Parts: sequence; C-alpha cells; structure tokens
Amino acid sequence: MTQFRKIITSLTIGSLILVAPVMAASQTLVPKTAAELTATECSACHMAYQSGFLPIRSWKAIMADLPNHFGEDASLSEAARAEIESYLVATAADRNGRDPRWLRKIPQDVAPLRISELPWFRNEHGSRRLAQAKANPNIGSISNCAACHKGAERGNYGD
Amino acid sequence: MIRKTRSQDALLLSVALVAGFFALIAAFSPANAGPKQDAVIAKLAAEAGVASFSAKNGEAFFQGTHTGGKPETTSCTTCHTKNPRAMGKTRVGKPIEPMAVSANPTRFIDPEKLAKWFRRNCNSVVGRECTTTEKGEILTYLSSI
Ligand code: HEC
Ligand code: HEC
Ligand code: HEC
Repeated sequence: MTQFRKIITSLTIGSLILVAPVMAASQTLVPKTAAELTATECSACHMAYQSGFLPIRSWKAIMADLPNHFGEDASLSEAARAEIESYLVATAADRNGRDPRWLRKIPQDVAPLRISELPWFRNEHGSRRLAQAKANPNIGSISNCAACHKGAERGNYGD
Repeated sequence: MIRKTRSQDALLLSVALVAGFFALIAAFSPANAGPKQDAVIAKLAAEAGVASFSAKNGEAFFQGTHTGGKPETTSCTTCHTKNPRAMGKTRVGKPIEPMAVSANPTRFIDPEKLAKWFRRNCNSVVGRECTTTEKGEILTYLSSI
C-alpha cells in the first residue's frame, strides 16, 4: 500500500513539475504542453485519471476510439489526440517495461479500458463498495474517484 | 401640506424616463445574450441564409428525447437538466455550469470550444452533427431564457 502511495506521489510530483512552469507561461501565450493539454481535455467529463494506472496498450486503445468513449463522443482534433496519446504512453504504468503490482495477472494481449475493472481495483474496493457507488446519487459511478477520494485529482488515494 | 417643487417634478420625470428606457430595451431585445453571443448567432444566421432563428424550435430540440444517438444519452437534458439556468452534471457526476446565458454570461463565446461540444454532444444524442439551423435555434433558445 505504501509502495503504491509512493509511486502515485512521485508520479504526481513529476507531472506537477512538468506543468507548473507552463501554467505560469500560459499567460504569455506559450502553447500548452502535452501534460497540460491532457489535464484540460481529459477532465471535462470526469477527473483526469493518472496515466500511471493503466498500461501503454490501454491508453492506445482508449485514444484510438474517442468517438465511442464509454457511451459518449469524446472526439478531439487529430493534433490534440496524438499529443495526448504520446503523453499518456510516455507516462503509462509499464513505461519502464515492467508491470507494477496493479497490473499483475493481466495478459499482454488484453488492454483493460477501465482502471475500475482491474482485478487489483476490484479487490481493493470490494463488491459492497462498488455497489454503494452506483446506488448513491451523490457518487453515481465508481469512476467518480473524487467523490470518495478528496485528493484524487492530486493523485492522493491514501485517505 | 406638501407642495411639489420643480426639482421634484424633474426627478419624477427622469425616473420615469429611465424606467421607460429599460422597459424599451427589455421589449426590443428578447435575448439576454451579450454582444458576443449575438455575433455568434448572427454568423450562424448568415450561414443558414436566414434573418433569425426560432427559440421555440431550439427549446423543442434541447428538451426533447431523441433516437439515433447513443442509448446512454437520449437528450441534451441528460447532462444539462431540464432547467438550463441550473447546474448540470456529467454521467460521472462532475458539475456542469448552467447553459442559459442569463445564468452564465461566458457561454458560447469561444468558437473552438463551441464547435467541439456541438460535434460531440450532437453525435452522442442524435447520432449525427447538428445542422447550422439547429445550432442557431439552440443558441437562440439558450440566449433567450
Ligand atoms: C465527453 C465526455 C468525456 C471526455 C471528454 C472524456 N471522457 Fe473518459 N469517460 C467518459 C465517460 C462517460 C466514462 C464512463 C464513466 C462511467 O462509467 O461512469 C469515461 C471513462 C473513462 C475511463 C475509465 C474510468 C474507470 O472506470 O476506470 C478512462 C480511463 C477515461 N475515461 C479516459 C479518458 C481520457 C484519457 C480522456 C481524454 C482524452 C477522456 N477520458 C475524456 C466521458 C468522457
Ligand atoms: C465509493 C467510494 C470510492 C470510489 C468511487 C473510489 N474509491 Fe478508491 N477506495 C475507496 C476506499 C474506501 C478505499 C480504501 C479501501 C481499504 O483500505 O479498505 C479505496 C482505496 C483505493 C486505493 C488504494 C489506496 C492505498 O493507499 O492503497 C486506490 C489507489 C484507489 N482507491 C483508487 C481509486 C480510483 C482511481 C478510483 C476511481 C476510478 C476510486 N478509487 C474510486 C473508496 C472509493
Ligand atoms: C453526456 C453529457 C452531455 C450531454 C448529453 C450533452 N452535453 Fe452539452 N456539454 C456537456 C459538457 C460536459 C460540456 C462542457 C462543459 C461546459 O462547457 O461547461 C458541454 C458543453 C456544451 C456546449 C458548449 C457551451 C459553450 O460554452 O461553448 C454546448 C453548445 C452544448 N453542450 C450543447 C448541448 C446540446 C445541444 C446537447 C443535446 C444535443 C448536449 N449539449 C448534450 C455535456 C453534455
């Protein structure tokens, strides 16, 4: 658990370091970085999920079918789509060629499209909590991480 | 005994004039839209070759239930709710700012954002892009309430 927290924390700090100077620079009309573009475009309908949760093949599959994204059209211009995909791939869970704990037992030819369907995730949350998320109108969906994890957008799932 | 003075008369007259002025403005500009939204609608009208759009048609489209799109999203009101002046909510539970210009004056003024969401949401709800006329009617409706 602490290992996971450490990984997520370092991931978050890494992306903050990337984004911070650009945030300041955006006032001077410098184009957005891929990290910032991802943070903006992928947070319109839900929080921007941390790229470190899913492997490269998952992000490629998600970014290849944005017009049919979980029952919605989330399409982007080709330029924006390609830039976001390259960011997600470069920061994906298996970017170093190794599968972290939360990807174990997932065959290489399977590309999970949801964090919330990873066996690790189902195990961590348990069936009671998954049912509770759906039934509670203030949560609505297990994909609404921030409804239960106040620090979710900062990559903090410890509380 | 109170006697009206000249200056009181003048005050009354000016109050009436100002009130009348605002009543006139209200009567002749049915839209709550600011100049920026007016310009967006005017551009669509020029494209469609019409003078103005029907807010009533826009209301019917926005409030109506559609087929042809994705089963999860059969109406604009799925996310924006039946009251465009109120906050909406995405299917994942993220709040959406009101759609009515009267409640949210920053609506519809970024052409790139507008085009992106019209493309996405019309595809999701009706399974195709909206026509220029439909877009004009929707924006006229959302600017008039
Ligand atoms: C137009 C709205 C919209 C946009 C924009 C959008 N998504 Fe989604 N996304 C959804 C919906 C709806 C779901 C399904 C949520 C549910 O089942 O409650 C979803 C789910 C997901 C999931 C799975 C969540 C889980 O349950 O583990 C991932 C991953 C995801 N989106 C990634 C992205 C990425 C990457 C982007 C940016 C390129 C993006 N989304 C942009 C609407 C959107
Ligand atoms: C219904 C509330 C709820 C929702 C929604 C939810 N979680 Fe959780 N999650 C929890 C709870 C409670 C725990 C703690 C489980 C335990 O320790 O027994 C937890 C644990 C976790 C952990 C492990 C934390 C640690 O320190 O090891 C991670 C990571 C996590 N959730 C990520 C997510 C992500 C990502 C999402 C959205 C895709 C999500 N959660 C959605 C309630 C929720
Ligand atoms: C699945 C949820 C969903 C549905 C269904 C939906 N929208 Fe949206 N809409 C959004 C989100 C999310 C945004 C972007 C957030 C924002 O602008 O506040 C948005 C933005 C918009 C915008 C851009 C507003 C601007 O300021 O430029 C327009 C126009 C719009 N929607 C019209 C519609 C119409 C018309 C329909 C029905 C055909 C519809 N929407 C259906 C979720 C939805």
